Parts: sequence; C-alpha cells; structure tokens
Amino acid sequence: MTASIALNLTPDVRYVLRIADTCLVHAQRMSEWCGHAPVLEEDIALSNLGLDLLGQSRALLGHAAELEGGGQSEDSLAFLRDESDYFNLTLVEQPSRRGGADFADTQLRCLFVAAWLAPLWQGLSASRDRELAAIAGKAAKETRYHLEHAGDWVVRLGDGSAESARRMQAALARAWPMVAELFDDDEVDTAAADSGLGPRASALREPWLAIVEPMFADALLALPPDTAFRSHGKRGTHSEHMGYLLAEMQHLQRAFPGGVW
Amino acid sequence: MSAAVTADSSVDRAWRVLGSVLDPEVPALSVVDLGLVRGVSVAGDGGLDIVLTPTYSGCPATEAIEADIRSALAAAGLGPVRITQRLSPPWTTDWLGADARRKLADYGIAPPCGTSVVHVLARNVACPHCSSARTERLAAFGSTACKALYRCLDCREPFEYFKPI
Repeated sequence: MTASIALNLTPDVRYVLRIADTCLVHAQRMSEWCGHAPVLEEDIALSNLGLDLLGQSRALLGHAAELEGGGQSEDSLAFLRDESDYFNLTLVEQPSRRGGADFADTQLRCLFVAAWLAPLWQGLSASRDRELAAIAGKAAKETRYHLEHAGDWVVRLGDGSAESARRMQAALARAWPMVAELFDDDEVDTAAADSGLGPRASALREPWLAIVEPMFADALLALPPDTAFRSHGKRGTHSEHMGYLLAEMQHLQRAFPGGVW
Repeated sequence: MSAAVTADSSVDRAWRVLGSVLDPEVPALSVVDLGLVRGVSVAGDGGLDIVLTPTYSGCPATEAIEADIRSALAAAGLGPVRITQRLSPPWTTDWLGADARRKLADYGIAPPCGTSVVHVLARNVACPHCSSARTERLAAFGSTACKALYRCLDCREPFEYFKPI
C-alpha cells in the first residue's frame, strides 16, 4: 500500500471532487459536534446532517473514482490523498470550536453551504452525466431539511438575545471572507458548464442570495461588503486548518494501511 | 412445465420473501412496504436480479438491508442473487402505501403527512396514540435521519414522525 495516491485530474474529475470534498470535509466538521452540542436534540441533529453529507460524498467519491479511471475507490480517495489533492471550499474546513468559533459558526456555515448546494443539486439534475444527475436528485431532497434547520438557528440566534446576536455577528465576520470562493469561476467551471456536466460557480450566486437574503432579514443580519481576500480551497490551496483535519480523518488508514471494519 | 411459469413463480416467491424482510431501524415495515424494492427479475443464468433504491444518502442501514435480503432469499432456496442500487428516481415517502402508513401508526410512528413535494415542512402532525391534532415538534431530527421527534399536547405522549422526503 502506497503512502498517497497520484490521480489523473481531468477537469471532470476535479469538478466532481470539488463537490465530493466539500460534502466530506463539511461532514467531518459537523461530526465533531457529536457529544459536544449545547443540547441533546442538536447533538442528534448535527450528527444526522453530517451523515447525509457523508452519504452524498460517498456517492460522489465513488463516481469520481470511476471517472478518474485509475482503479481508485471512495475509500482511497477519502483517506489516501494529500492536502493539495483536496478541492473542497475553504469555508468548510474552518474549525468548529477552536479559534473563537462556536455553535453560531457551525449553523451559519451550514446555511451558507446548504444554500449553495441547493441550486447546485438542481443544476446537476440536468447533467449530461446520468449518474451525477441521479446522485444530485437524491441529495436535493435532503438539503431542504438542512436549509430549514440551519436557517431556523441563524434567525433564532441573530434575532435572539444581545449575546446570541453578538456571537452570530462574530461568526459572520469570520466566515464572510471565504464566501466569495463559493461563486468564483475558473477553467474547471467553464469546462463543466460548456460541456453540460454542471453549473459554473458564478451561476449559483443569484439563487444563493434568493435563499439567504430573506433569512438574513428575519435574523436582523446584513450581508457584509465584498472583501479583497480570496480563498482557493477549490484549487487545492488550503487554510492552515486543513492539514490538521486530514491528520485526524486519515489517521487510521495511514497507521493501519488497508484496514477494514 | 414451461420456463416462463418457473420464472414467474420464483419472482413471486422472491416478492413474498422480501415482504418478510423488515427494515432494521423501522421494524414495523418490510423493505417492500417501504418501497425500497424497485424490481425483481430472473436473469439468464436463473439467478435473481434485485433492484433496490436507498432511502437517505447516508442511511447506515443500507448495507444491513442488503445482507438481510441476501440471507432471507438464500434461506428460501432462491438465488444466486445480484443486488443493484438504483438512485433515480430518488426514493420518496410518497411510495409508502396506505397499508404501510397504517402499520407505521400502529407501531407508534406518525406516518408522513401529505406529499413530499408540497408538505416537506408540514407541522400539523396527528398523534399516533390518541389521534389528536394538537401536537408540537420537539426536534427536527430523531433517532434516525428519516424521523423527527414530536409531543402530543393532549395525551402528553412523545412520538416519532416519519418525515416526508
């Protein structure tokens, strides 16, 4: 068993991995709340949301392995890639409970990502890739519950006590510089849109705003102005938190290569 | 006996066996009641092709259900069995028939209200114990991804609600 795998990263493989990795890393962060959420109901809810995301990423990683064509599997893609071969959004790799982040950061991030996934799944349902369209058609139904749950919490905290509003504002300030990446196009987006594989990132901005803005109005929050900072997780350049996340997530497969349940 | 008659009877037997394979998380319903079995056919080699549609993407029972189906069909002397997972069209609670909904309510789980496209966020759920419509949601997520937790304001009993999806 080799230490890390080398991949043939065609534009199609990169496009699918961006979505698969965003779901996988988002699920990993969500699962960190298991046993630590403020109330039992929320402990169960966040674990369930993480489970949905993990299931979505498993289907997408399995499909990416087929597209890649080099004999990889969902497991080898999840556990044997190096950091620069992960293409998730930088936002989802941010700590859940360190560096000042708290429960508000998790709910806000969950809303931002669900509002991004909802139009993405919808666009992918019409993909020329029928397997990708089938995975998206299924995931779209699950994302509705994520949107409802996270949206409820963002409103409750934003329009709650002075302390909860202050914390939600702080969470927004931490997340916002990484939100532009959700809608930044590059050559992978262009290839996907031109070939009918799926929507380009910039096409998700209007439907995202249509979901988030009414919830923000209810939450007494305002979307901040655009920042000059740009994150590039979707291109394989990650924040300092990604290496630690992978070290924990990949530890067992690295320590016991090929180990199975 | 013609080949066609043999093929039909093994498919019929397989459906009967599958009707006795219970979902491990919701043992009031069989995999047929839940609409998980989308097709049973006899392959050229005489084996059975079973087509399943998974419920939630991350449902941890998916592998257990496959194993239960294999062992039940093997015990009935049917097989070899090939199982394929079909994602499209995606599974929906709209596939739960009237019989399945009654079994859920008898088991103490409120069946999904209305159709999944229109009523995904419906809150008016009838209590499966006393039928009161005066209920409230305690948590959007229950013991499994497919259920939410409710409480009846009349009989005061908590209950689970099978969410429409």
